[in-house]
Amino acid sequence: MMEDPGLYEYWPYEHRPRIEWPDGAQLAFWVAPNIEFYELDPPPNPYRTPWQRPIPDVPGYSYRDYGNRVGNRRLAAVLDRYNVRASVSLSVAICEQHPELIEMGAERNWEFFSHGIYNTRYSYGMNENQEREIIRDALQTIERHTGKPCAGYLAPSLTHTERTIDLFAEEGGLYTCDLFHDDQPTPLTLRSNRKFVSIPYSLELNDSITVAVSKVEPRRWGNMIKRSFDRLHREGEESGTVLCVPVHGYQVAQPHRLAAFEEAIDYITGHDAVWVTTGREIAEWYIDHHWDTAVADIASRQGGVGHDA
Amino acid sequence: MTLDDSYLDYPNRSYGMDHERYPWEMLQDRPPVSWPGGATLAVWINVGLPYYPLNQSDVPFAPPFGMRTVYPDLRHYSLREYGHRVGVFRFFDALDDAGVRATFAVSARLAQRYPYLAERLAARNDEVACHGWSMSHPHHSALDAAVEEDLVARSLEVLGRATGRDIVGWLSPGKSQSHRTPDLLTAHGVRYMCDWVNDDLPYWFSTENGPIVSMPLSTELEDSNIIAGSLHSVSEYVDQVADALDLLHAESTDSGGRMLALSMHPWLLGQPHRIAALEEILAMLTNREGVWIATASEIVEAWETQQP
Repeated sequence: MMEDPGLYEYWPYEHRPRIEWPDGAQLAFWVAPNIEFYELDPPPNPYRTPWQRPIPDVPGYSYRDYGNRVGNRRLAAVLDRYNVRASVSLSVAICEQHPELIEMGAERNWEFFSHGIYNTRYSYGMNENQEREIIRDALQTIERHTGKPCAGYLAPSLTHTERTIDLFAEEGGLYTCDLFHDDQPTPLTLRSNRKFVSIPYSLELNDSITVAVSKVEPRRWGNMIKRSFDRLHREGEESGTVLCVPVHGYQVAQPHRLAAFEEAIDYITGHDAVWVTTGREIAEWYIDHHWDTAVADIASRQGGVGHDA
Repeated sequence: MTLDDSYLDYPNRSYGMDHERYPWEMLQDRPPVSWPGGATLAVWINVGLPYYPLNQSDVPFAPPFGMRTVYPDLRHYSLREYGHRVGVFRFFDALDDAGVRATFAVSARLAQRYPYLAERLAARNDEVACHGWSMSHPHHSALDAAVEEDLVARSLEVLGRATGRDIVGWLSPGKSQSHRTPDLLTAHGVRYMCDWVNDDLPYWFSTENGPIVSMPLSTELEDSNIIAGSLHSVSEYVDQVADALDLLHAESTDSGGRMLALSMHPWLLGQPHRIAALEEILAMLTNREGVWIATASEIVEAWETQQP
């Protein structure tokens, strides 16, 4: 095991080269709905049990199924009202099992990126070949069913190995959502030396964390999103920031929760200098416009303050 | 330890669900339904009367909101008993004052232990559904088939006799089922079950003995999940019910009938400082145009007549 993931250098938030988003935007805003498939009876993984209760875990399974039967369409209607194109974190088996959800996104020109095959198949315990195979499978499945290449990765159920991000970059990916260390993109240091970035995907605002782990009230969650926006939008005057709201149809689109989310989306999209975009567009813009200055700055700042002064 | 390559086999990776119990379909694609009297939103008030024995079994999981201290957990035993002795009578009054009929989901063992309460329920106009034998008798796949069948049969028989009803509705303790629970339910005359929380309308669910109606009873919007499980205030709970009512009501007028399922518990909402929340919610519901407050069976019947 390693002391740190070996993917990025320490790079202080202050005094970074300025990020300029398109049209003078201060903040890049993206919404990442997770469209997931949880299997009723998945094979066991020695490192993690898929369900809290013995199989069939009816409460757990049917709660997730609510997202696909009810929630995703309801969420899409809200995003449509504010012209937000989603970046879908996809259990790619949805392409085969529930293709109507892929059509729904394709009609809206949504982005689809890989969140593994199923959310009940974990990377833990995979060797390099196995993990490369699930990444290739996901990339091919998304391209075949959506007609567009997959650029992003969020490991299935956030299960990683030391190789996850290297493998995804080597197979042609552009960005990862698996790192939560920053409010701006980070160029990653990979064994392939490919240009590949970490894009902020807020675990703090993720409905799974706020709702299921922290038990936050719906309206308070909406306020958390708005307060995050206010601060990042203000800081974006100095250098562009990123705000992502990751959601799950089975949580955000519950009848008692969706209004609070919609209010936050209404608030954010009602502001000027906001670039409402997708994960891929942020990654491409950053690689095209900011990669070189960022990499040079990171290199110049590894010796402490005095080194560069 | 490296995984076996078979971990990358996906035998169910094809169109539809990964089981045969119900077909894959989205709520928004189903033919629209409507409710009696021109209503668009059906509201089902489900009042849980679960019996939590002091000698609770935690196999295969601890029942939600059950005993949790070292035995004897007098604190949680008696707090749950408060619902049967005091809270439920506040519920009766609130329902009667609002002119609303509810569905009481009752543990069979509770009806057996407290004939007074069973007779009170028998004399009322509410529906009685079976909430299993007790919260300490969960249905799960490690149960012997004959043991589970006896649990189903005995629970329905004892509760039916005590309340003078033909029981047609079922809510499993902790919403836990074995692989065979739905088959056992239809074998014993149950017409609807409330364990699968994946929809805002009833839907057909296949069993060995023909279909059963799945009636999703939201756990997320349940009083115990919000107040006891998430530690939200009682006014926050009322706000969440109000937001759910607004959303489903709007959707029902735009896109076809919907169902709002409210699961409530006298041990929790029946406390003196919380009972006003029930009254407030009932007033909110009865004052809303287009809302049909009905028992679970009535909703099932109205829905069934509209199915092809």
